[in-house]
Amino acid sequence: MGTDLKEALFAFTLRLGDTSLVLGHRLSEWCGHAPELEEDIALTNVALDLVGHARMLLTHAGELEGKGRDEDRLAYRRDVFDYRNHLLVEQPNRDFGHTIVRQFLHDAWAVELYGRLCTSRDETLAGIAAKAVKEVRYHVRHSGDWLVRLGDGTDVSHARVADALGRLWPYTGEMVERDGAEQALVAAGIVPDPADLKAAWTARVEAVLEEATLDRPADGWMQKGGRRGEHSEHLGYLLAEMQFLPRAYPDATW
Amino acid sequence: MPDAAGCWGPEPGADAVVRAAWDALAGVMDPEIPVLSIVDLGIVRAVSADADGRLSVALTPTYSGCPATNVIVLEAETALARARLDARVSVVIAPPWTTDWISDAGREKLAEVGIVPPPHSGKRALTAPDEGIACPRCGSQDTRQISRFGSTACKALHACNACLEPFDVFKCH
Repeated sequence: MGTDLKEALFAFTLRLGDTSLVLGHRLSEWCGHAPELEEDIALTNVALDLVGHARMLLTHAGELEGKGRDEDRLAYRRDVFDYRNHLLVEQPNRDFGHTIVRQFLHDAWAVELYGRLCTSRDETLAGIAAKAVKEVRYHVRHSGDWLVRLGDGTDVSHARVADALGRLWPYTGEMVERDGAEQALVAAGIVPDPADLKAAWTARVEAVLEEATLDRPADGWMQKGGRRGEHSEHLGYLLAEMQFLPRAYPDATW
Repeated sequence: MPDAAGCWGPEPGADAVVRAAWDALAGVMDPEIPVLSIVDLGIVRAVSADADGRLSVALTPTYSGCPATNVIVLEAETALARARLDARVSVVIAPPWTTDWISDAGREKLAEVGIVPPPHSGKRALTAPDEGIACPRCGSQDTRQISRFGSTACKALHACNACLEPFDVFKCH
């Protein structure tokens, strides 16, 4: 693999790893706070899967980069501007409906992405994807069912998820954004075509929104910047909590 | 896949050290479902020996985020060392673990402690995995799912409408 391609693959893998890690951490904030015990367990189970994906992806990213950074170094020793996650997943939990909308918009993307990555020419990425897609399929069933239950539920639950959908929709653009470096990876058969991914994501989301009696928001101004390390103010607070221990006690072991 | 008797183990004619390693690993219990050994679970993927008799053991995690994986690796290393075997344990993720790899003996042990074993992945598992599950206590088919996510990543929580008892179901994965 050429240097340019390797750098592009590092960027792609880092972005996916960061997105999994940040969403996993966000969901873990529900531990002990969910509206019912079963959902407390569900959200934290999904969080564990996502952190598990992040560990594999960041380890692979570190190997691609070849500068000796392992998963912990990448997770704990980078500040906001070096994180490459989607802006969608760093948005705060707010209420349960808002969390479910954020989760479904992400899950619908992740299940389509990992399904396609299973045939990647990068064997490690294909192996991670084959593992992750089985778990993400379960996640999207869960978040999709909840979205239907809330959207097609009471006036209050409908209003809350409709509000969340309008608030979060502008963050969905960058998940399927095209970028020059990535085109080379597409041509090399390493990552799926974003255009194809966008079509599959849109079809999946529209089907569930219809069942949930929710209107699909219009594609207006899309918030972008996560790929370049330009984040909303929320990420700093999340990292401050997640990275506290390794920053206060560098290289601590137990 | 497990052999005709539904068990995992060394290939016929395998070296004595390889057979000894499988025996040692069969004594390592899953920390979260301690009735199952890691061999029953199908997470011991390969055991091989090089010319000097040094062993390589490959384990695979059940779920990506399974918190028990590190403990399992440590316990496998300990069991192999206790059996005086020179072994290196590594974690592989491909091919991904599936509940089809749980041995028949493992399925029986799950049923004995009241955990419904996973269905083999097939048409029913893909279309309606949560339906037609019999209560492990009274046998009634009239059951419902309470939560897709149970006490561990690999289980869901169901309840019986007849005897009202809740029970764990190993998810088809």
